[in-house]
Amino acid sequence: MDLLSILQVLLKGTLITAELAVISFAMAFVIAIPFSLGQVYGNIPIKIITTSYERIIRGVPLLVVMFIIFFGFPSIGIRFDPFTASVLSLGICSSAYQSQIFRGSLLSVPNGQIMAGQSLGMKGTQIFIHITLPQAIRFSIAPLTNEFTIVLKDTSFAYALGVTELLREGTYIISTTYEPLLIYLLCAAIYFIITFSTNSIVRRVEKRFAIHGFEFRGERA
Amino acid sequence: MKVLEVRNLKKRYDSNEIIKGISFEMEKGETVVVIGPSGTGKSTMLMCINRLIEPDEGKIFLNGEEITGSKHPEIFRQRIGMVFQEFNLFNHLTVLDNVRIGPIKVKKLPKDIATKVAIENLKKVGLESRMNAYPAQLSGGQKQRVGIARALAMEPQLILFDEPTSALDPELVGEVLEVIKKLAREGMTMLIVTHELGFARDVADRIIFMENGEIIEQGGPEILANPLKERTKQFLAKFREGR
Repeated sequence: MDLLSILQVLLKGTLITAELAVISFAMAFVIAIPFSLGQVYGNIPIKIITTSYERIIRGVPLLVVMFIIFFGFPSIGIRFDPFTASVLSLGICSSAYQSQIFRGSLLSVPNGQIMAGQSLGMKGTQIFIHITLPQAIRFSIAPLTNEFTIVLKDTSFAYALGVTELLREGTYIISTTYEPLLIYLLCAAIYFIITFSTNSIVRRVEKRFAIHGFEFRGERA
Repeated sequence: MKVLEVRNLKKRYDSNEIIKGISFEMEKGETVVVIGPSGTGKSTMLMCINRLIEPDEGKIFLNGEEITGSKHPEIFRQRIGMVFQEFNLFNHLTVLDNVRIGPIKVKKLPKDIATKVAIENLKKVGLESRMNAYPAQLSGGQKQRVGIARALAMEPQLILFDEPTSALDPELVGEVLEVIKKLAREGMTMLIVTHELGFARDVADRIIFMENGEIIEQGGPEILANPLKERTKQFLAKFREGR
């Protein structure tokens, strides 16, 4: 196998890896928003439910979640293909972390500003929309990027369920070329290039939306 | 009619009574300064007035309408300005947006009119040149002047000041006190909690001395020089020593 066809195969796997990462990250995002709102603004039963979810999920390894969903669920009649099972597992695990990111971001908006909004006669929803949310979104950009790179790297666990993502394509190539060092290094390089470029793009987004006067992370004057 | 009427206000935290039945009134255009040792409930009392803190007992009236018991405290908060010790500006908004967000979102003024109102009030505090700056780019004194402009832009019937200069470096205190003095001359009704006794003497129509959740003594600014009650004397004496 020449290098070009190796790269072609790896690229095919990379596409699956990217699909896994993007879909499960998006799914986690959608789950995490209501859960974080529940943790911050909910009444006591809602707080207990949302916090328990977050604690339990964060306490179970991703691979175990994958095995429960893929190998365990069929015995109660629920079956998923490897790709779907991987997306669900990645999404569920990441949602717990993302809910913590949003919760932290919401709570990072100083209470004094909320009081100031109240003192102007703003209603709770107005304060949330105009004061809390715009600042919380900015606070969450950096940790969310970090979380995305973690999800991207964790997609390699889908290997265990037989999804033909980057790592598995690499392993297939090795079974014919017998060059594990070269191929795995190529896989590592691809993961690195994706996370590195994601970080640089987000860094620009972050700068664009930075609040003036608040120094940018790592670039204090 | 009285602008503000406070009757037998009480506030407890657990078994700890922070405010033990306070009553006073304010006339239109009056500047009332509340002094007293730290931790005696001055700020709590102030925040009970616009119900940022919910009082346990007592009644509060704004121009004859009862604030306490209303299901919509935000209706009264629109009419009561508040200036905070820590400024509490909205960090993600420019100075101009900080000042006009109330008129736009709460009073539902059209944007151009709200902008005009905001700029007028920024002129009043001498900061119209910084209207495109963000709070983090301002000095403490400038931040507090924006805080005052933000309160003024709602055209309130009463402004509450919660130790407006306590978080400022000494050299920045003056510019903020000047603005408040100007408002007093213009006839704004203001209730001010402060530790600046010299300022209190200059600006106050009436002084309330509070300790342990009670009003110990109140009267014209002359009580600062000649207090009647022993506790007021002790407090003022401590202050002079401290200087």
